[in-house]
Amino acid sequence: MSMMILTIATREFKSLFLSPLAWTVLAVLQTILAYIFLTQVETFNLLQPKLATIDSALGLADIVITPLYSNAGIILLLITPLLTMRLICEERRHKTLSLLLSAPVSNVDIILGKYLGLLSLLILAVLMITLMPLSLLSGGALDNGKLIANLIALLLLVTAFTATGLYMSTLASHPAVAAMGTFGILLLLWILDWSAGLQEQRSELFEYLSLLRHFQNIQSGLISSVDICYFILFTASFIILSIHSLANERLQK
Amino acid sequence: MAILINAEHLSRYYGKHCAIKDVSFTLAQGEVLGFLGPNGAGKTTTMQILSGNLAPSSGRVEINGYDLQNQPNAAKRSLGYLPDTPPLYKDLSVQEFLYYCAQLHGIPKKAIVSAVIKAQERCGLMSVSHRLIANLSKGYQQRIGIAQAIIHNPDVIMLDEPTVGLDPLQIREIRDLISELGRDHGIILSTHTLSEVQAVCTHVQIIHQGQLILKESIVHLNQQIDTASVLIGTRLKPDLTILSALNGVTSIESISDQHIKIHYRLTNNPTSRIIETIMSSGWELQELTPIKRSMEDIFITLTQNNDS
Repeated sequence: MSMMILTIATREFKSLFLSPLAWTVLAVLQTILAYIFLTQVETFNLLQPKLATIDSALGLADIVITPLYSNAGIILLLITPLLTMRLICEERRHKTLSLLLSAPVSNVDIILGKYLGLLSLLILAVLMITLMPLSLLSGGALDNGKLIANLIALLLLVTAFTATGLYMSTLASHPAVAAMGTFGILLLLWILDWSAGLQEQRSELFEYLSLLRHFQNIQSGLISSVDICYFILFTASFIILSIHSLANERLQK
Repeated sequence: MAILINAEHLSRYYGKHCAIKDVSFTLAQGEVLGFLGPNGAGKTTTMQILSGNLAPSSGRVEINGYDLQNQPNAAKRSLGYLPDTPPLYKDLSVQEFLYYCAQLHGIPKKAIVSAVIKAQERCGLMSVSHRLIANLSKGYQQRIGIAQAIIHNPDVIMLDEPTVGLDPLQIREIRDLISELGRDHGIILSTHTLSEVQAVCTHVQIIHQGQLILKESIVHLNQQIDTASVLIGTRLKPDLTILSALNGVTSIESISDQHIKIHYRLTNNPTSRIIETIMSSGWELQELTPIKRSMEDIFITLTQNNDS
């Protein structure tokens, strides 16, 4: 990895914490998810006597962990556009982009640096969420496989969210437009799967494109190369598009 | 002397609008080249192209022997650029910002701290080193912009209107700095004030409506400027056709009924003839103010030279 990518990523990551934005995001995310987590733990406590009598496969992981990560996915879908909107767009508006463009740094370095800088924050958020189920270890055993599957699913999801947001940020001239665009794309891809419920109108293409479908597949513990490849292709496509979009910066105006 | 910048036939179109057309020039080491032109003449566009921020529609740029298009990183290593708006991250302190700039320009880790200190010293930033850029005055922000352009000791330094927004004392400091840097670097600076070019530059290049109309050393320029102008106020409206027929008058601008601006040739100064004409025609001379040589005068000289 080029040194420059690391330099730009570190600067981006540090700058996020200079404004209240990163702190607010982490705090809001943690508070809401803690509430959901505690509710689910309570539900499990109520259900536990019944579950013990029937021969059920449902366990702590199904009742607490899966809903926690599903909700985290939805909240991150709302929050990520707010974080990614500034990446390139604000540099362009504040005319600081020329600092990067006139330095001996390639477009690939700039895009990957910005991407990894912000992704680090989101990975930090995901790890902080993971502390909640880990705290259950003090009181009992946990289905580690399920937990790891959920963790991988959420990590892959934020890599895809961030890449989408970065691309919209290279296109838009105003951060709010970038945020709205990102939110629109992500929500559409999230709900694309809903038509799959209607048996007669099932579309395999829509099913394949749906973020939710692949997220849930991995969450369930079935980690297949199809789902992993989907996220890798998704992320890579948007990063390549971002690099091209930044290269166009020099051509048009 | 080593050629640092070689620009060949640069053109740039924004849609159908032509910002610069067929601009070619070179910059050698030890030259301070002043880019002179009115607002909108294409100075900033040219500098954006030279710094790799903007791709030319046609033509090519070589910096220190490296083609800006094909070997951008090698070319940009020899380049320090201050755009018209200084590119500053306002939520960083001066020191943090310059440290980041040094990293971006690939200065080895061990040398960064001394490079940051040197740039701060040169631009008079030592006293504000720990303050947030957002809280500093425009003059300081401009100096931080210059500091980031020279921090990696580049062969070519490009400054787009470096003295805008500074007070007279700061302007003098920056001019001294530019002259000092000019000894062993190649510098391009753009400005729309003639006095600035005369104060610091060794060469001048005038751009007008996207085209280079002159590249000259300062000494030659001063010889070539043959026009001056004078503001004349009269009580009655003068007859311009009579005045413009006078020997030595090149053109007349009517400002109001009572005020006119006369451009004339220094080598054939018609001032006394103008006064005589006004007196004898009974327009009653009330004011006669010589106007400092301006860009306009140069343009008039040059465009007339080109026409004839």
